[in-house]
Amino acid sequence: MLEVRDLRAGYGGTEVLRGVSLDVNAGEVVAVLGSNGVGKTTLNKVLSGVVPATSGTIRFNGAALEHAAAPEIVTAGLIHVPEGRKIFPNLSVRENLELGAYCRPRRGRAAKVDQVYEIFPKLKQRARQYAGTLSGGEQQMLAIGRGLMGEPKLLILDEPSLGLSPLMVEEMFALIARLAASGLAIMLVEQNVVQSLELAGRAYIMENGFITLSGQASELKSNAELKRAYLGL
Amino acid sequence: MYSPQIVVEALLNGLMLGAIYALIALGLTLIYGVLHIVNFAHGALLTVAMFMVWLVCARYGLDPYLAILVVAPLMFALGYGLQRFIIGPASHGKDNGILLVTLGLSIIIENALLAAFQSDTRTITTDYSFRVVELGPLLLSFPRVVGFGVTIATTILLWLVLHQTDIGKAIRAVAKEKLGASLVGISVPHVYAMTFAIGCACLAVAAGLLMPSFYVSPKTGAAFVLVAFTIVVLGGMGSIPGALIGGLLIGVVEAASSLFLGDSLGQIGIFLIFIVTLLVRPTGLFGARA
Ligand SMILES: Nc1ncnc2c1ncn2[C@@H]1O[C@H](COP(=O)(O)OP(=O)(O)O)[C@@H](O)[C@H]1O
Ligand SMILES: [Mg+2]
Repeated sequence: MLEVRDLRAGYGGTEVLRGVSLDVNAGEVVAVLGSNGVGKTTLNKVLSGVVPATSGTIRFNGAALEHAAAPEIVTAGLIHVPEGRKIFPNLSVRENLELGAYCRPRRGRAAKVDQVYEIFPKLKQRARQYAGTLSGGEQQMLAIGRGLMGEPKLLILDEPSLGLSPLMVEEMFALIARLAASGLAIMLVEQNVVQSLELAGRAYIMENGFITLSGQASELKSNAELKRAYLGL
Repeated sequence: MYSPQIVVEALLNGLMLGAIYALIALGLTLIYGVLHIVNFAHGALLTVAMFMVWLVCARYGLDPYLAILVVAPLMFALGYGLQRFIIGPASHGKDNGILLVTLGLSIIIENALLAAFQSDTRTITTDYSFRVVELGPLLLSFPRVVGFGVTIATTILLWLVLHQTDIGKAIRAVAKEKLGASLVGISVPHVYAMTFAIGCACLAVAAGLLMPSFYVSPKTGAAFVLVAFTIVVLGGMGSIPGALIGGLLIGVVEAASSLFLGDSLGQIGIFLIFIVTLLVRPTGLFGARA
């Protein structure tokens, strides 16, 4: 479904992605793990067309997207729920959701909003409130709900558990598991290695702009190197 | 002292002139709120709109109010094109880049108008230019009554566009969260250009409302925009209700100070109010607190 080959990108003169290759297949949950500053968010931004790639290819369901602009990528169904949520604080919760479907026809939008409310009943209670007044967990739900409104074929989640209380983190991972169970392909970008490996089928480990390790999540869980680096064991 | 009737009349006429100031400020504050830049070309673009109205009326004998229906789409298209193909690309995404480009643009436009029309002033006379409307014992200037009504209607229309349409919601989204907007598939350059276009269309409306009672020369817009800048800061940068209330307030203050201090000192009141407001409320009347 998503095939990334030798992707390079950076800011100004500094190269951040130094040849990243990875795949996500239909219906799969793939974790991309790595510590702070290795380039995970940059990878997501290149995939969603807000940071240009300097070289390499991105194919999504057969279409070449390495030079595509954000609207084209969203329309193709590759949807990125960004780190830090980036919801619209000055719009109501409902308007945030409606804008999630900006690239989709207006017909059926209200029904989709209702579906999101079913997944996140909290959002329904807060429908008319400004999104900026929501708690961190609610804002994360809204960001994911807004992503779902775009009818994703692949959903990229960048650090969905960042800054949440331990209880909310549990809830968030349970929710991602439910979305995955519904058949949605998910690329889960996290620093939370243990829980992500529980959830994912496969995983990539990123270090300084390279993928240094990849494989089945179950195998990576018992990988000695990884344990030393991330789990402090 | 003046009779109460004269005072009330003057203040109401000032309020209605303030509505037209508000309309000019509306475009300025919208552009500031979304693009986060002060559009230095706003005055020159108002002049362009006024010349367009004048041309349409002088050449084709159209009524200046009807001319709005012709000039507003033209100004909308001009604004869209300027932002999308000149200001945006030339500023390379840097805010002070945009600032300088709009400043340069205003100089170019002003000089082009000087070359085309010299510095003569031009007017349109209509049979209602000096007509008055009787409101009980009060006599109000007809062009100002129309200006007030059309401004209120335009503000309501703008509000509806911003709150009820997809492009309006996208404009509000881009104003506060560009990255989030891109990630739902909103084209930020398009939204910037639409915002600029709407601001220019507001200028066209203002131009149509002004022409029956004002003159136009290549420098006319600059004088109005100075007042509009004051209104934008007074009302709170980027605030639409702020621009409306600020504009009305400035109109009243200007009328009061010309009545009591004389015409030549009319604008002093504006700047006094301006300074006092900023001392008491640095973010303006409707500005978000930092
Ligand atoms: N907008 C930016 N401009 C310049 N450098 C950036 C920008 N965003 C991120 N970086 C740099 O790129 C590197 C990778 O950052 P990022 O992709 O956010 O990593 P991660 O998501 O893995 O924490 C970091 O060194 C960071 O400082
Ligand atoms: Mg990150």
